Amino acid sequence: MSTPNASGWKPGTPVEGHNAMSGPDTATGNRALMLEEPLLFEIGHVETTGVDLPEPKGGTNRLGGFDREAAIGLPGLSEPETIRHYTRLSRQNYAIDLGLFPLGSCTMKHNPRLNEKIARMPGFADVHPLQPVDTVRGALEVINELAFWLLDLTGMHGVAMSPKAGAHGELCGILCIRAALEARGDAREVILVPESAHGTNPATAAFAGYKVEDIPATPEGRVDLEALKARLGPDVAGVMITNPNTCGLFERDMKAISDAVHAAGGFVYCDGANFNAIVGKVRPGDLGVDAMHINLHKTFSTPHGGGGPGSGPVVLSEALSPYGPLPFTARDGDGIVHLVEEENAAEFEHTKAFGRMTAFHGQMGMFTRALAYILSHGADGLKQVAEDAVLNANYVLRSLEDMLDAPFGPSGPCMHEALFSDKGFAEGLSTLDLAKAMIDEGYHPMTMYFPLVVHGAMLVEPTETESKAALDQFIVALRSVAERAKAGDESLKTAPHYAPRRRLDETQAARRPVLAWNDPSMA
Amino acid sequence: MRYLPLTDTDRSAMLDVIGAPDVDALFVDVPEEARLNGPIEGLPMHASEMAVEKHMRRLSKKNLAAADAAFFLGAGAYKHHIPASVDHIIQRGEFLTAYTPYQPEIAQGTLQMLFEFQTQVARLYGCAVANASMYDGSTACWEAVAMAGRVARGKKRKVVLSGALHPHYAEVVRTMAKFTDDEIAGGPPSLTPKPDDDGLIARIDEDTSCVVVQYPDILGRLPDLAKIAKAAHEKGALLIAVNTEPVALGAVASPGELGADIVVGEGQAIGVGLQFGGPYLGLFAVRDEKHVRMMPGRLCGETQDAEGKRGFVLTLSTREQHIRREKATSNICTNSGLCALAFSVHMTLLGEKGLRRLAMENHRLACLAADRLAKVPGVTVLNDSFFNEFTLLLEGDARGIVRDLTKRDILAGVSLGRLFPGNDGLANGLLVAVTETTTEEDVETLASALEEVLA
Repeated sequence: MSTPNASGWKPGTPVEGHNAMSGPDTATGNRALMLEEPLLFEIGHVETTGVDLPEPKGGTNRLGGFDREAAIGLPGLSEPETIRHYTRLSRQNYAIDLGLFPLGSCTMKHNPRLNEKIARMPGFADVHPLQPVDTVRGALEVINELAFWLLDLTGMHGVAMSPKAGAHGELCGILCIRAALEARGDAREVILVPESAHGTNPATAAFAGYKVEDIPATPEGRVDLEALKARLGPDVAGVMITNPNTCGLFERDMKAISDAVHAAGGFVYCDGANFNAIVGKVRPGDLGVDAMHINLHKTFSTPHGGGGPGSGPVVLSEALSPYGPLPFTARDGDGIVHLVEEENAAEFEHTKAFGRMTAFHGQMGMFTRALAYILSHGADGLKQVAEDAVLNANYVLRSLEDMLDAPFGPSGPCMHEALFSDKGFAEGLSTLDLAKAMIDEGYHPMTMYFPLVVHGAMLVEPTETESKAALDQFIVALRSVAERAKAGDESLKTAPHYAPRRRLDETQAARRPVLAWNDPSMA
Repeated sequence: MRYLPLTDTDRSAMLDVIGAPDVDALFVDVPEEARLNGPIEGLPMHASEMAVEKHMRRLSKKNLAAADAAFFLGAGAYKHHIPASVDHIIQRGEFLTAYTPYQPEIAQGTLQMLFEFQTQVARLYGCAVANASMYDGSTACWEAVAMAGRVARGKKRKVVLSGALHPHYAEVVRTMAKFTDDEIAGGPPSLTPKPDDDGLIARIDEDTSCVVVQYPDILGRLPDLAKIAKAAHEKGALLIAVNTEPVALGAVASPGELGADIVVGEGQAIGVGLQFGGPYLGLFAVRDEKHVRMMPGRLCGETQDAEGKRGFVLTLSTREQHIRREKATSNICTNSGLCALAFSVHMTLLGEKGLRRLAMENHRLACLAADRLAKVPGVTVLNDSFFNEFTLLLEGDARGIVRDLTKRDILAGVSLGRLFPGNDGLANGLLVAVTETTTEEDVETLASALEEVLA
């Protein structure tokens, strides 16, 4: 363990009773660089515009008599006011660019700016999805090249590129399974999902018309192979398994699980949310997986964007590939990449597609970024990504396990994320309190209360883009907060104290929802 | 490798703390026989910024960018001018590299932006509440159909699609309905100057959960939403209005005020570039607040913090998958956050005055273009009504003509043959979109090229 900061630099020590937050009130409510910002609807005006457009000229009107008469109520701002409004808002956000983002299962890693530059090249950013294919061969090549490397990295047979996000990819995979079963006249009703799974897994299976049943886990936090085998039968369409799982552990028995499911006539869906831990180290195709989505933002670092857009290509086994959705790309013998849609699917021997998941061809803007990421890292770099992600997580695990309960710590190394519980916290203090106190220390909290199988779970995923110095500082912060939680420091219950907002009343928000701004003067 | 901060010295110091001899010891749970020895085959080794940029630029140059052509494509994706400040704001790291705002104390920037976005969309659509966005217009359309099924409590199984709904949207609905046992009724549109509202109304019956109508429709025409809404409501069905060109709503009445119950659409036209089809921005709103708890997707709401200061949180999450698991209203776990920001910034720059001007300018230029193109021998304008997109009937196969014109750097529009392959009756239809980015010179280029190829 090293000191919080190798350089020895520390911010000024607050004088007793005079910390930064206890100065006099200000007239504006601002605190120097912490700036309050009103709503757009409180500062904008319907007569203000930040875009120079011509005054409406008369002339023909062919709106069919449906002309808008009512006011819309959309306030505008000039350009300087707009820039200031959003810049001020942006400063109320935590972001990877500001610091370590230890969100287990969410994989918040650095977003290379080269990828932003590439995504904005006119040949990618300024092409229409329905242009004649001869004018977009380069765009199709990007999709095809990314698809090729995704297959290479996963050892799978086919890939559906169109799903718009991870959960959309899950749905795609499950629909492939359902289509494959229907093709052989085998109506099965049940999908087995471990209790530790992401909520999207059961939601997806239910949406596709399946009954969802739990798979029991072993005390070591892995799938209970014997119990799973006992449950398999002619009614089970498949299993959905996250590997590495949400406890941060690799499912050692993955191949045996796949073999058992296949022997019982079912299919294996793998939630690839945690593929970043194993990329370049092991291929899901070698473990018997039939379908797996890849969250491009997690493994291949497309920006999270405050909640999206995502992208969720799904790699498929030979058995499921024929059922993959349209459209997709295919390279012919002459090296020309084609767009395969409903009308030419037969030409490309793809007549069993289960349908179409979205209007166009998928998240092109994410494909360019992910491809640039893969090419930048290369074979050696991607392997290093997985190794450093796992190394960083184990370093966090071993540096904290004397202070925080690590339920699966004794059973061996973790993968890319370290799991802790709230065992040993003083009565009345919870994981939530600790997480909110981490905000005061300058961090986004870790994933809380997930997975559900561990009490007061805290799932820490540092990712490979953190330096040792950054980890050391994080560890010092988390140790300090954990110590306070164990000692019963009541001030944790009112944390955060230094954020732009104190704890927000979520109950009130849900009980009397206010989901749009209403002009008080119009009430 | 430029993105990986650990040095070999760091790595060995960290392995010492962990008590592992080497990094492979951390992968002990991965079965030996499945482990890859050495770097993955086929993929080259790491590459510099310069090398990657060069490779990607080569691929980019193989495409004809919209700005380099006389450009007339629409059909669900539109080329509009995006003010420079939009891209600047969405590249601020605090927005670009933030997580979903589940920790509201340090995510008020994203949350307040979403609250403003929801309000903008609700007002534009004439609705009470809009959500924080969906993947795109087509998936929002399907989610609306699924929601109508929930409102009908599964007692009504028939979904009536207008023939003039974007065929890819219809295909997404048909695909998903295969798995939910909804019956989907609808076929291709007929090439008439007015939409066949009466034909659509005739297909609504007591078993209909919802009617899905695009406004303006795929041929650019404006259906009579108020009349369809009345007929749907008489049979106890919901009207879902689909809009793929939000700029139109600066010129025509909003679907909500005309009686649509759920309004969904594609928001790409405001703030989001063409990007070969994605990422785009699904918009989703309900006219009546009573339907809020049936909605899919994230919702941002106003509340107070412990000191009584106004703040915002994601709310009503008991509808969502991370809480409700298999009982959730949808499996959706993302919104199109950064695209929603782009939309909101662009809409803020426009304001009501700018949006109305933008809409009227689009309509004016489209009228001029329609008049000019109608003068080309062998060309007829189909539409009685349109906003900024209309259908031409050509004496000849439109798809072949579109292909030929690309050789002259003209992207002439979307042929109905591309949209509705196999429907020979539609083969001479060409959908032409005109926006504020279209110049008179572009129109003249297209008109004279059509004169030549149709001669």
